[in-house]
Amino acid sequence: MSTDTALVAGRQLSLAFGNRQILQDVDITLMAGQIVTLIGPNGAGKTSLVRLVLGLEQPTGGSLRRRPGLRIGYMPQKLHLDPSLPLTVSRFLRLAHNDRAAIAANLALTGVDHLADSSMHHLSGGELQRVLLARALLRDPSLLVLDEPVQGVDVAGQARLYQLIADIRDQRQCGVLMVSHDLHLVMAATDTVICLNQHVCCHGHPDNVSEHPAYLELFGHSATAGIAVYTHHHDHDHDMHGDVTDCDANHCQHKDHHHG
Amino acid sequence: MADFLIYALLAGCSVAMLAGPLGCFAVWRRMAYFGDTLAHSALTGVALGLILSVNVSLAIVLFSLLLALALVALQHNSSLASDTLLGILSHAMLAAGLVLVALFGRGRVDLYAYLFGDLLAVTPTDLYTIAAVAAVIIPGLIALWRPLLSLTVHEELAQVEGVAVVRTKLLLMLMMALLVAVAMKVVGVMLVTALLIIPAAASRRLARSPEQMAIGASLIGVTAVLGGVASSFVWDTPAGPSAVLCAALAFGLSLLRPMPA
Repeated sequence: MSTDTALVAGRQLSLAFGNRQILQDVDITLMAGQIVTLIGPNGAGKTSLVRLVLGLEQPTGGSLRRRPGLRIGYMPQKLHLDPSLPLTVSRFLRLAHNDRAAIAANLALTGVDHLADSSMHHLSGGELQRVLLARALLRDPSLLVLDEPVQGVDVAGQARLYQLIADIRDQRQCGVLMVSHDLHLVMAATDTVICLNQHVCCHGHPDNVSEHPAYLELFGHSATAGIAVYTHHHDHDHDMHGDVTDCDANHCQHKDHHHG
Repeated sequence: MADFLIYALLAGCSVAMLAGPLGCFAVWRRMAYFGDTLAHSALTGVALGLILSVNVSLAIVLFSLLLALALVALQHNSSLASDTLLGILSHAMLAAGLVLVALFGRGRVDLYAYLFGDLLAVTPTDLYTIAAVAAVIIPGLIALWRPLLSLTVHEELAQVEGVAVVRTKLLLMLMMALLVAVAMKVVGVMLVTALLIIPAAASRRLARSPEQMAIGASLIGVTAVLGGVASSFVWDTPAGPSAVLCAALAFGLSLLRPMPA
């Protein structure tokens, strides 16, 4: 893979705060039209790596190159909005880009156009994620950086949100960098997985990574069963509660993962 | 109408108008304690101005700015929570101001006027100072409104979207320091934060957008100052504290209104 055309190319990236090493010798390449997912246990440095890519933090070692003029759409993990700040969804979006037509189009794309005049304080978890995604898309970015995009969303909604992200990638041919805790749903919607635990444990296509010894050591064998099921996720349907229905014997174990 | 009353009204209303939007940022960004620290340090600024024989308003602004910068530096290099730091600085500065004024300003400084304001003693010179401060703050707020709101909502998101976060925050501190310097005349060191926070809080339930809340805060502040001056004129109460009481009354009334959807 040539790094000349990469949106972002990081080589041997290290990050340390004082004596505490957060990241060590991490390589990461983000290409247009490709979805890269960062997975790893808590404290593995996923958010730190995202902050390096975004330019919010400077690496203490290694090199990071961004394509000149690269425009990044960022979807933060959380939004701490003080309740004293009156803010509607459309006003929130105008902070990023004051273009009402683009705002309407992106709210429609993420399926929350009916919320344009709602207060930001009254959104459900899933609605907020979709509004944040609309803001990330607003300035027509060539790279989308999504920090735990399905947080606070129910399981059925998570699958739809990942599908939406994949569709956006197909339409706009932007690069996508996602952070995820989740092992099952995200695997089917990604081109490359980087398994991070301070350094890169393993990376590659989800099918290969899920069989890699380093991955199994981090997440255990039970995780692979979930992935195997999820690459065939059209075999079954979800009922109202997000439980799997009409599954045969092989797939029923999957139900446990939802509640595990 | 007597000149001193016109000066008082002009000064009080201008300061309250400027305090509206800045007070909103103080509320949204939880900077009430920061405002207190700036105000308390102003007394040290007064003393230093007297000692060094420079214009007192200028001394207050410069000293408040210095303090704001010191605070930013401390916050990055300290294991103490920022409200503890602010508490230390705020009260140390107030104490230093009282000591310095006692040592060097005896007979020259009306301490009560600095602590609680002396609106009816406003001079044309004070009005020029307020006009100069307004000439910085009004265009500054208009130019920085969107970046300021953006970083108030989410600092890192704002930075990724191209907002110069550090510079914008410093400029907000500069505007606050300027306002504190002139608000001293109206409500005094002890009540500056009240003039920032209370009208903004009272405006919250009347507003559906940040802009509405800012304008509402200005209007409530101006009304409170008018009430304070009227009360001072009629009942001979201190004007600054009376204005703060009027603002608090407006806040109480605003609670009767349900939170907007």
